Parts: sequence; structure tokens; C-alpha cells
Amino acid sequence: MKNIKFLVLGIFFGIVLSKSQAISWYRFYEMFKFQSFHMYGIIGGAVVISAIFMQLFKSGKIKDINGNKIIPKPKQKGFIRTILGGTFFGLGWGISGACAAPIFVILGFKLIPALVLLVGSLLGAFIYGLLSKKLPN
Amino acid sequence: MDFILQPWPWFIGGPLIAISLLLYFYFGQNFGASKNFETLCTMAGAGKISDYFKKDWKQRDFALLFVIGLIIGGVISAMYLIPNQGVNLNPTTIQELTDLGFTNVGNQYFPDEIFGKKSFMSIKGFLILLVSGVFVGFGTRYAGGCTSGHAITGLSNLELPSLLAVIGFFIGGIIATWFIIPVLFG
Repeated sequence: MKNIKFLVLGIFFGIVLSKSQAISWYRFYEMFKFQSFHMYGIIGGAVVISAIFMQLFKSGKIKDINGNKIIPKPKQKGFIRTILGGTFFGLGWGISGACAAPIFVILGFKLIPALVLLVGSLLGAFIYGLLSKKLPN
Repeated sequence: MDFILQPWPWFIGGPLIAISLLLYFYFGQNFGASKNFETLCTMAGAGKISDYFKKDWKQRDFALLFVIGLIIGGVISAMYLIPNQGVNLNPTTIQELTDLGFTNVGNQYFPDEIFGKKSFMSIKGFLILLVSGVFVGFGTRYAGGCTSGHAITGLSNLELPSLLAVIGFFIGGIIATWFIIPVLFG
């Protein structure tokens, strides 16, 4: 049960997203309409502090639990896949107000609509899997 | 205790998200959420239809535990930690949504017009949720990450693909909120 720590971290992250309203449909709507600073503060703040952590990973000042160097996996390159994939993601996110992690958190708030969103997401991931070799990079 | 029950401002939420990322990496794994959609497909037997899903999902048991944690975190928050789901919105936002026919704007996290029983039980409302979900699931896997994996992990690690993906997120999100929502609800 060495992975039980991920369960605890998930509970923590779920509470953080819930309490900072980063799962609220309205918060994402106002973000995309540039009507509030709240989500920019959350995401921007998270990115700035994470960037410091990344530097500490790189310099080896923070090692993982087993004492190994932390090397974040490089992201898959490709202009079309990132822009086009990102746009699809943004369309779904903008309409439903739910990105990946919040879909799971929202299950605790609005079970049935979140289940519909989750089934849709799995279907979407499945469609991607079927087409992955044919899609432009 | 009062602080716990109040909404947390951005300068609390942002750092706590960064600490979640730190712990995820400290525990020896890459921070992200959307790959779980694929893992769940694999568990549901998608490998029988497409080789893409022929993977050993047990190698991602840590991520599944994280997802179960997210759900539990949501349940705990909904039941005990948020006595008032009011969202403090810009008056412009409230007016705009009210004009589109939204009711009780900002009085709870999720608008009834999308998450209420009447909405998701209707064909239109059901399809809005389902198709949004398909776009989220397809888009995030095509782009190679979601808000956690690209916007937070990738941007903070100065990854160019993540910057492109986040630009895509905003193109899609702006089209959705400026043009599609007014058509769907106006």
C-alpha cells in the first residue's frame, strides 16, 4: 500500500480545487471572458511557484522520496497536435466549465451531470486512441 | 475553523496547487490528471478494440488512487467544507449571464441551466454535457495534457508544447464562452 499517499494527495488536491472555487463553472466563464483576476491568480500563482520547484528539481536540491533526481517527462512536440488538441479541450472546458481533474471532483458535488461529463471524456479519449495514428502531429 | 469554511482566495489556492505538484513529483511521478481517461478506457476493455489501449493499467494504480482521492475530496468539500457556494462575480458577468437567461447567477458553483436536473434530463442538456466531455477527453489526449499537465506542469517547466497547448485552450475557451454559449442559451 505504498501508493496510499497518492490517495491522500488526491483528497488534498480535490479540497484545494473545491475551496478555491477552481471547479466552479462561473470561475472559468469569467476567466475566458477576462472579467475577473481570480483564475489567473490561481493558475499564474501555481505556475510561478512550480517554476521555482522545477529549478530546485533540476539543480538536484529537491530529490524524490527515494533520493532520485526528479526529471519531469518532456512533453510531446508538434504544432498541430498541441494547438488543435488544445482548442478542442478549450471548447469542452469553456462550455462545461470542467477540465480533467475537476470532472472527478465535481462527481462529489453534482453526481449525474459529472458522470455524463466523465463518460463523454472517456469516449473522447477512446476516439483519440482509435485515431491516434492517423491524426496530424 | 472560520478560515476553512470561507472561500480560499487565489493567493492561497495557487500555492497549494503548486505544493500538490511538488508532492506528486516528490512521490516519484509526473503531475497530471487527463491520462487517467486513457487508463479508465484500458480498464473498461478498450484494448480489445484498439492496440492503443493495450497497456498494463496496474502500472498506473497510483494515478487511479489519486483520482479516487479527487472524488473523495469533492465529497468532503461538498458535504462539510463549503456551507455557502456563492461565487463573488463581477457585476458585468452576472448581468451578461442573466441576459442570456441564467437564473441565480453566482449563488452556487454550478448553474442549474447546465447542472440542474431539468437541464441534464433534457436531450439538449444531456448532449451539451456529453459533447463537452468528448471534446475535453479527445482534446486533452491529442494535446498531450490538460490544465494540470500542460498549464501548470508544462508552463512552469518552460515547455514550448505546453505554451502552444495553453494558447489552444484559450482559443477554444474563448470561442465557447463568447460565441457558443450565447447560441446555446440565448
